[in-house]
Amino acid sequence: MTVGYARRYAPLVTMPPSAAPALADVTASDAALRRFLHGLPGVDAVGLDARAAALGTRSIKTTAKAYAIDLAISMIDLTTLEGADTAGKVRSLCAKGRNPDPSDRTAPSPAAVCVYPDMVPVAREALAGSGVLVASVATAFPAGRAPLEVKLADVRAAVAAGADEIDMVIDRGAFLSGRYLKVFEEIAAVRENCARVSGGAARLKVIFENGELATYDNVRRASWLAMLAGADFIKTSTGKVAVNATPSNTLVMLEAVRDFRDATGHQVGVKPAGGIRTTKDAVKYLVMVNETLGDDWLSPHWFRFGASGLLNDLLMQRQKLSSGRYSGPDYVTVD
Amino acid sequence: MTNDATHPSGSPAAPAGLFSYAPAPESRAVVDIAPSYGLFVDGEFREAADGGVMTTLSPATEEKLSEVAHAGEADVDAAVRAARTAFTGWSALPGAERAKYLFRIARIIQERSRELAVLETLDNGKPIKESRDADLPLVAAHFFYYAGWADKLEHAGFGPAPRPVGVAAQVIPWNFPLLMLAWKVAPALACGNTVVLKPAETTPLSALFFADICRQAGLPRGVVNILTGDGATGAALVGHGGVDKVAFTGSTAVGKEIARTVAGTGKRLTLELGGKGANIVFDDAPLDQAVEGIVNGVFFNQGQVCCAGSRLLVQESVHDELLTALQRRLRTLRVGDPLDKNTDVGAINSAEQLARITELADSGEAEGAQRWTAPCDLPSQGYWFAPTLFLGVSQAHRVAREEIFGPVLSVLTFRTPEEAVAKANNTPYGLSAGVWTEKGSRILAVSQRLRAGVVWANTFNKFDPTSPFGGYRESGFGREGGRHGLEAYLEH
Repeated sequence: MTVGYARRYAPLVTMPPSAAPALADVTASDAALRRFLHGLPGVDAVGLDARAAALGTRSIKTTAKAYAIDLAISMIDLTTLEGADTAGKVRSLCAKGRNPDPSDRTAPSPAAVCVYPDMVPVAREALAGSGVLVASVATAFPAGRAPLEVKLADVRAAVAAGADEIDMVIDRGAFLSGRYLKVFEEIAAVRENCARVSGGAARLKVIFENGELATYDNVRRASWLAMLAGADFIKTSTGKVAVNATPSNTLVMLEAVRDFRDATGHQVGVKPAGGIRTTKDAVKYLVMVNETLGDDWLSPHWFRFGASGLLNDLLMQRQKLSSGRYSGPDYVTVD
Repeated sequence: MTNDATHPSGSPAAPAGLFSYAPAPESRAVVDIAPSYGLFVDGEFREAADGGVMTTLSPATEEKLSEVAHAGEADVDAAVRAARTAFTGWSALPGAERAKYLFRIARIIQERSRELAVLETLDNGKPIKESRDADLPLVAAHFFYYAGWADKLEHAGFGPAPRPVGVAAQVIPWNFPLLMLAWKVAPALACGNTVVLKPAETTPLSALFFADICRQAGLPRGVVNILTGDGATGAALVGHGGVDKVAFTGSTAVGKEIARTVAGTGKRLTLELGGKGANIVFDDAPLDQAVEGIVNGVFFNQGQVCCAGSRLLVQESVHDELLTALQRRLRTLRVGDPLDKNTDVGAINSAEQLARITELADSGEAEGAQRWTAPCDLPSQGYWFAPTLFLGVSQAHRVAREEIFGPVLSVLTFRTPEEAVAKANNTPYGLSAGVWTEKGSRILAVSQRLRAGVVWANTFNKFDPTSPFGGYRESGFGREGGRHGLEAYLEH
């Protein structure tokens, strides 16, 4: 399908290297944006679910499993997003990020530790020199129900405190009522506010809350909308609602980043979050990435898992592969 | 964190990448294949009267799996007599009693499904993923479904007191050996008929294991008889004077021969023959799912499916997009060891079938269609054919008209719904078709005008025991599955 996108839209899509993609004609008005998003091919839910389920039956063993486990660990955004978070709790999580398996120093570190904005300085300090990034949710996470100025201030504070990555939420209310341009402009504004005073910018992950978007067509539209507005990553969910990442809704997003790169040459990452707790689940997602996107996305720079409990299960499976025994939950650290 | 880059021999070939899957072979140890098998007649295994035997191979490796008896006319006669004798008692049983046997058979199939799946994959060459996830669940489901009808036949719409036909001669193909057996045997037994079944020459083993299941279920002797053999055995069976009903699934050429044999004898006949299914993709289709449907339509079971969507009719305005996506998808297909759980495309069933596919594909090239083959390494032993597309095909090409029965897709284009319907119907066959569009009214309008027994909308190759299946014209007549599937086995 991508050839067609390219043919139809390439003249409209110009991607300045350092700015949000300017798609002037498509994003010129609410009506134009609506026509574009509603002109994307539909998603047949039954067929999509069948494809995701079929990929879930891949049998990943021995060397392939070892590769997948280490890759999955390195793709984790180790997350704590609780009202009860304390500096101590965040430090403990960061210590785990630096050294996930005290019994085996060869275990890779997760990609990032993900916290609320007020905990960014704590995480920054605890992770200094480790190579583990600091990600912060912002924009009145998880509901996103705050005035734009408040959301942008939230973002600026997190970036100023040293966040390497910002996980924003879109305004689902605006999206569902068809005010796509409002959502677009908000993402673009957040992106501008990701710029650091020292130069460069925090990478922006845009959370859709797929569970609230309700249809796969909406997930595909949200994906294109966010990518057009300059998202570096598109992310399924906050982890705070009933339906979070599923293989199916993630597959729609994988197809979207694939098609977007074919159409514009611009590569965007994907982050499923919420509800991925076991090695088996994580491997299923990696199989989907492998067979939908291939090598280019098989790195922590382009694919992440938003998870907390997943890391320990991966570590236990990793220990089992290397020792031949399943040691149990007391042989990994609780955090 | 690097992966072993070497590609172990025997594991399915797929594009090498960072994340290459290690071999994941299903265990062969779960099935115990005897060195030789007899015919199953009157509840017992026996040698052929003339001592004839033939061998059955694994098409993936060409290794000999077993030796089976080759039934001759005397054996056909004995089997038909056994079925005739058994008919009296079996047809007199209350439906609820017959149902008990069928339910029991269905449960045993479920219990032994792993063994049967491995057996089917060994004998047929299909990927274990398909025998495990498609064939075997459907086999059990067919027996469960028709078990449910056995005591409700008077409510099936075929009169207040429908009676069984008698002895059914059933000849089945090699593409879904056990599933085709289930399609034939389950409704026949539910209706009170007895059966003489001849499995295909190249795939006799699962039918012989089914004979064992009949014994395990305590089915009265003679109700099911299994005769292994070749075309001559089949001809003797359908021509036998003691047979009341003939059911055949296979090629159109053989179907026509059977129709001539049966003509004027008073035997009831149903034929499920070839096809050249059109899979029609409109420009408003859900494209990612259409690609999956096209792949499933023509590469499922290596394309050896009578209802395969072997002609892709794609609207010109979306042709390039769709073909780019389709080719990208075909590059990810894993072709190789059928017992590997990650194999998508297995072996062609026989040297003969491979030769036929090869000949037709060569004709496509010779006639000017553009050939494209998914890059993949094929094993050196066994019968293999890489997934292949023909682009720029016209209605005049042989690859657009003749059933290839292999992993070969002919791509044609159309501009209007009118043209799509005309091209789809421009075939002597009429078994299956697919329509891909997000527009509900178009699905209804187009489906109504397609001359095909089955029309799938936004999906393809979906089977269910409750759904009738069968063709038009050179694809045969009669319906199998659903309430309709009872009709062929009832006098009313």
